[in-house]
Amino acid sequence: SLRLICTTTAVQRKNVGASGPEKYTEAFIKKQIEEFNLGKRHLANMMGEDPETFTQEDIDRAIAYLFPSGLFDKQARPMMKHPTEIFPEQRKIQWGEDGRPFHFLFYTGKQSYYSLMHETYEKFLNVQKHQDQLIAKDLPLQKEKRNLAGSRWLTKIELEEMLLEKLSDDDYSRFIQLLEKLVALPCADIAENYIQKFSKEVSVQLQKVVIEPLQYDEQGVAFSTGEGKRKTARATAVVYDNGTGKITVNGIDILHYFPVLQDREQLLFPFQFLGRIGKHDMVCTVSGGGRSAQAGAIRLASAKALRSFVTEKEVEFMRQAGLLTVDPRVKERKKPGQEGPRRKFTWKKR
Amino acid sequence: QLDHGCALHTAARDGLSSVSTQDVPAERPRAVFHTSESDPAKHTEQHEGRLYNIPLEEVKAVFPHGLPYRFQQQIRTFNEARVMVRRPALELLAYLKGSNLAHPAVRYVIYGERGTGKTMTLCHVVHYCSRQGWLVLHIPDAHLWVKNCKELLQSSYNRDRLDQPLQASGWLRNFKTSNERFLQEIKTQKKYTWGKRESTEEGRPLGEVVEQGLARVRSASDAVGVVLREIKQQSHRGSFRLLVAVDGVNALWGQTTLRKEDKSPVSPEELTLVHNLRKMVRNDWSGGAIVTTLSQTGSLFKPSSAYTPHELLGKEGFDALDPFVPIPVANYSPREFESCYGYYLERKWLQHEKAHTEDGKAELQFLSGSNPRQLDRLAGPL
Repeated sequence: SLRLICTTTAVQRKNVGASGPEKYTEAFIKKQIEEFNLGKRHLANMMGEDPETFTQEDIDRAIAYLFPSGLFDKQARPMMKHPTEIFPEQRKIQWGEDGRPFHFLFYTGKQSYYSLMHETYEKFLNVQKHQDQLIAKDLPLQKEKRNLAGSRWLTKIELEEMLLEKLSDDDYSRFIQLLEKLVALPCADIAENYIQKFSKEVSVQLQKVVIEPLQYDEQGVAFSTGEGKRKTARATAVVYDNGTGKITVNGIDILHYFPVLQDREQLLFPFQFLGRIGKHDMVCTVSGGGRSAQAGAIRLASAKALRSFVTEKEVEFMRQAGLLTVDPRVKERKKPGQEGPRRKFTWKKR
Repeated sequence: QLDHGCALHTAARDGLSSVSTQDVPAERPRAVFHTSESDPAKHTEQHEGRLYNIPLEEVKAVFPHGLPYRFQQQIRTFNEARVMVRRPALELLAYLKGSNLAHPAVRYVIYGERGTGKTMTLCHVVHYCSRQGWLVLHIPDAHLWVKNCKELLQSSYNRDRLDQPLQASGWLRNFKTSNERFLQEIKTQKKYTWGKRESTEEGRPLGEVVEQGLARVRSASDAVGVVLREIKQQSHRGSFRLLVAVDGVNALWGQTTLRKEDKSPVSPEELTLVHNLRKMVRNDWSGGAIVTTLSQTGSLFKPSSAYTPHELLGKEGFDALDPFVPIPVANYSPREFESCYGYYLERKWLQHEKAHTEDGKAELQFLSGSNPRQLDRLAGPL
């Protein structure tokens, strides 16, 4: 059975559409849509733009301009969107005036789920029949492998959103098992369109990151730049090839800029990891933060710059060692009623 | 036992060390970065980057108070005193060998960043001069005279000035150990009265003045003044050569942390010891040389990034010491770093397994920035 190990906040959101009968009537939704369109035209006139070609992005910009808000949560700020985005999708009434339900599986309780299972199994049987036909005619079975690595199935919550009704974990796992069986068959390309409705693209982490090629300066020495940050410090590093291991920070030698051994060890780490301690020169600029933050920022910047000098495998090693990840830790906010972010006031019994 | 150093050093080995390997094959041959030439007079560029040994008895005789504290600890640990021959020291020795003693004394100022080896260079030169038979006036750290003084007495000789009995007597004791024979040879030229009953006649050996200073601690600073004046006057004649070696000379012209009883700050001129020392450092005498070091570590009210003579001496000091020969001391060159690292390895000071590898050496070089003091402190816990 498939189980998600790491979930994002988007996945953990509650599916409002699947809960209970409808709260808003259709007429209400229609009225909201009319009001939205009118409001859009008014807003376009106010901003001096053409009401016909006023897109959602223009609306967002206009609202942000007219109602500036300093709230951190984007969802809490004033917004003006189409009612279908604001009011969650929900099921319409499933039975007619005579009380007779439209769908034949209504009395199972989970009509859309069971109908989905039926459809999928129907496709499965079709594929098997096609396969038998091909074997009978002694034709070769087509085998085009699907890209399994780059796609994933819909999550339980996404499936619930699609079907507009609640599912249990067991139901979900059964559905996924059926899909897997369908895909495993050799002639599954017939049902490819159907399967694509339930799969999503997943991009591998590394493919997003583009490693820049080396640049060459006047003397022909190869160099590359990298940027890094840590807490409030921002650093840029330029790593030159054919060097002696000299490092300059803001025009000052590291021995003078970082008198503490710990900071120099942080700078040493990327070079030591790759075994290139005495081979590169580095010139960096750093601003903001404190002593340790600046050291961490330069470390990240130099690791990013070194990526251009090094094979892809070593880049993967560096990533796993944590040299290329931005440290997300920042100073935590002080809360009211407490002395610090975590420290409470001294407790007095009376 | 020949390790990393030997691949890089291609200079020929000393004849003595090769003879010793042939005679006694059981004994480990000392690696190439050592030299058995223990007379600084014979040190040349060939010996640059190598370490030479000073016998421990000589150390006690010549340096009762001159060596840095960490180096003294190292001597006690390794049971031998190994000093590296470096270019600034060789330069200074060349100047001294070629100096004309009839001319007024030339002043040399050794300067450099923190922990690059200025005091060790000074000690090298002092060792050379004592071997050559010069009279060595070695003040280990002038900063000790301008701060942390518990007792300040008003000088009996001059109302305005202040005495420092403790520091003066300490220095006199060490001076006695280092220059025993001169104290018998040099005779006083004037009669000095130390109080109502004590006095030193003319023509008595200088040793008596020193004894007087040690016995009567109250007049120790005056004794120091007398010693300095006598030596200065007599070096003109040429019976002996004089080396004035002052470490931390910028203390003489800076500020002090001492205060008088009425909480007003004391300026350096008001201290007898400093006053007399300033007279010594002036180049109005001949027959010797003055070698001084600037030191930021002990200096008062100076930023830690200051290391040039102009910054550390201030306007007053610079004018007083002008003209002088500046001698810069830098961090270890790659070759010197190799020898130091090889020496630590050989004495099994670096116990960590990774320290023996090439990577470990590169790491040490990076982290210490080839600075001798940083390397010493890094290698300590390893």
